[in-house]
Amino acid sequence: MTVALELFRSVPRYLAARAVGERVPGLVAGPLAPLRLVNRDEPVPPAEGWGRVAPRLAGICGSDLATLSGRTSFYFSPLVSMPFVPGHEVVGDLFDDVEDLPAGTRVVIDPVLSCAARGLPPCSSCAEGSTGRCDRVTVGHVSPGLQTGYCADTGGGWSAMLVAHRSQLHPVPDALPDERAVLVEPLACAIHAALRGRPEPGDTVLVVGAGTVGILTLLALREFTDAGSIVVVAKHQGQRDLARRYGATEVVGPREAVSAVRRGSRAFRLQPERGGAFLLGGVDVGIECAGTRGSLDLALRTTRAGGRVVLAGLPVAGADLTPVWFRELEVMGAYASGMERVNGDRRSAFDLAMSVAAEVDLDGVLGATYPLGSWREAIDHAMSAGRLGTPKVAFDPREDS
Amino acid sequence: MTRPGFVLEVDERTPPLLVHRGEGFGVQRFPLGTRVVYPPDSLPALPDVRGSIRHAIMNPLGSEPLPELLRPGMRLTIAFDDISLPLPPMNPPDVRQLVLEEVLELAARRGVEDVELLVANSLHRRMTGKEIEAVVGERVFRSFWPESLRNFDAEDPGGLTYIGQTDKGEDVEISRRAAESDLLVYVNINLVAMDGGHKSVPVGLGSYRSLRHHHNVNTMLHSRSYMDPPSSALHGSAARMGRLLADHLRIFTIETTLNNETFPREFGFLNRREWEWSLRDQAGYLAAKKANDAAPGRIRREVFRRIRAPYGVTGVHAGETEAVHEQTLANVHRQQKVEVSGQSDIMVVGLPYICPYNVNSIMNPILVMCLGLGYFFNMYVGRPLVRPGGALILCHPVPWEFHTVHHPSYVDFFEEVLAETTDPSQIESKFEEQYATDPWYVHLYRNSHAYHGVHPFYMWYWGAHALDHLGDVIFVGGDRRAVRRMGFRAASTFADALEMARERVGSSPTITYLHSPPLALAEVR
Repeated sequence: MTVALELFRSVPRYLAARAVGERVPGLVAGPLAPLRLVNRDEPVPPAEGWGRVAPRLAGICGSDLATLSGRTSFYFSPLVSMPFVPGHEVVGDLFDDVEDLPAGTRVVIDPVLSCAARGLPPCSSCAEGSTGRCDRVTVGHVSPGLQTGYCADTGGGWSAMLVAHRSQLHPVPDALPDERAVLVEPLACAIHAALRGRPEPGDTVLVVGAGTVGILTLLALREFTDAGSIVVVAKHQGQRDLARRYGATEVVGPREAVSAVRRGSRAFRLQPERGGAFLLGGVDVGIECAGTRGSLDLALRTTRAGGRVVLAGLPVAGADLTPVWFRELEVMGAYASGMERVNGDRRSAFDLAMSVAAEVDLDGVLGATYPLGSWREAIDHAMSAGRLGTPKVAFDPREDS
Repeated sequence: MTRPGFVLEVDERTPPLLVHRGEGFGVQRFPLGTRVVYPPDSLPALPDVRGSIRHAIMNPLGSEPLPELLRPGMRLTIAFDDISLPLPPMNPPDVRQLVLEEVLELAARRGVEDVELLVANSLHRRMTGKEIEAVVGERVFRSFWPESLRNFDAEDPGGLTYIGQTDKGEDVEISRRAAESDLLVYVNINLVAMDGGHKSVPVGLGSYRSLRHHHNVNTMLHSRSYMDPPSSALHGSAARMGRLLADHLRIFTIETTLNNETFPREFGFLNRREWEWSLRDQAGYLAAKKANDAAPGRIRREVFRRIRAPYGVTGVHAGETEAVHEQTLANVHRQQKVEVSGQSDIMVVGLPYICPYNVNSIMNPILVMCLGLGYFFNMYVGRPLVRPGGALILCHPVPWEFHTVHHPSYVDFFEEVLAETTDPSQIESKFEEQYATDPWYVHLYRNSHAYHGVHPFYMWYWGAHALDHLGDVIFVGGDRRAVRRMGFRAASTFADALEMARERVGSSPTITYLHSPPLALAEVR
């Protein structure tokens, strides 16, 4: 048996969380959460090449919070299997020998359950190294689940034990502490998002949102691109400080963002009869990292004609797509990670992330850890992480043993 | 005989004194010994303004009479001061209207057909048709608007003529229409000593390329003060430009001066010295204050916006610019000059609701700064009223509020520039060019009713001399965030402000209260 936080199907809780979760986040961590602490059977490696991993730290991601508060699209419903244990940002210890990796190896997990993990011949995307785009995430050795943390069979990071395939495992250098290693997965996603935007040298970039995704995307832009001016939209003081620390040219609040981009790009600003202002002109690349309708609107309204808008945050419905049409914007998603082209080389985003995590001072990004037993406090904290100046909150399942 | 301005020393019998506080006012007791500078009483108005105008243009100074300069087939341009003058706007008819009507009648009689009227708005916002009509009168407006009566556009590439450089290398570029005219008549209202003279044409009809040579930090630091033209680098530069222009273009200047009847009858107490308030004045004060304090902000603003000053015209002079302006300045001094003996540690000013750049608009924090540290601090000849390192206490609520149509670049200046630095030189070197050439601001200046993108910079530079001179600036009742953004301090009460100022200037400071408006120009000996 293993202790785990299990997300279960509950229509009333889902509806209630969806109705009030955003306005009263405390309720999501309380009676409305479709989450429970359980003792359940340890997940079993489903095939050769799989092994058990005992999480040391497992981050709470914005997508996890969106799931808990009922803000995700029903699009995902066939891509998950219930009940599941959330948690896809994981650093842990390998419990079994898995191919070339001996038991006891400290690993981080690439959560995507792609063809290799499912025992399938590689689909065209997996063959290209773009495992995030895998077309077979519902079949094979394990139940449907786009990632570890959304699959009923694998378990997830918010537990004392999960199973993972060799293709998901990335050994962690001894010198890299757990507090940084747990950031490798979101950092890999951020690198992917930054590179999806394809900023040319000197291009101007707007990063909307300065939570973990936004801050790490900013970091990735500075590490792997020659972007020029980067404006970061941050709500809270702690986020502003971090954005400046990681190389933002300008940090502004959401209300000042249109003006700031306009000034920097010398664009024309227009005010519709209803809704927010927009620009004719603007940044070359807008990266939406907050996962809200307002932030996506902002990115779409401040990116120049022909520019690119990257959706790094979990998308939401309701954004006004008129600028996409009128400004002929390239809008692209940035989901998970894969093989990336950097300076002419193709490298795994996880390898790139591992090196950045080793070289760049990420201290303070992980702001708090909680045992699984204190999950309500942890979720509550994570829901207010920006306001409380804590970019990342994580579970430490070792504290429950 | 009009009583001159004087300096009162506060004693036990001195009543609480009136203090302007933006769109509000109140009375305030000052510490014993405080010097209070009162402007002279209002000069008598000319009994026959039209007659005086006719006399001035028929008997000009340093020039042939105007009729002799007018002939059929000529191109005549008449430029006049914009909405920034006078303050508050005057009761109709505006003296500019009277002058324009006389000049236009004369031109018509002399067979001049090619006549255009230009608002000399420089980098100020375009005036609306209604605002222009209020200045020029219905008859002129109906005859000329909009084809031959328009705002000057300092960003119209085809509408400017480069005249050349002064002997100091200053570029002179003005309105093409004016530059290519056979005669330019300039009609002004000289409310303060800064206005008029060679400042009228080179500035009022000049472009940014030209203005940047004197509207800059260095010039302002060497204008001590800009209310004293002989001691003002700003006026020195404008004079060089004006003389260069006079070599290329025939300019006939008509300048007018006003008395100190600043407020209408219902606010008559604002024009009078407190111990002379009649029962009617006292009742008027109490009623106006109660009503004003109780009114919602929108209503209050509207009431103040509707104020029209019953100004009387004290002088009209016409002819060659410098000869005319000498007479004009003498008139202004006669109305406003007050002799003051020595400087004090603290200067106090109550800032009124209006300045040159918020007519029919909102006085945003940058304009408040400009009004206090620019205009009122500089209301001196000789030396500032406050000693070097002294403190300036300004009474104004400094609301964090902007008119987004009139002042779009101000919003950005406040949010972006002042968030980084309040140092005028740094602001000038790092940000001015960017704002001055921003195509959006240029567009709004030309097509909407926005002040030019560079205008908030000029407002900040206007206070550069004061910033350099003063040790402390404290706003009584000011919005703390807005005041802090500008690098100043806010106090809840006047007593608190004095206490704070004492930290800087010592425990027994000398205090001077500049009791204005009506306007007073301190001649500090």
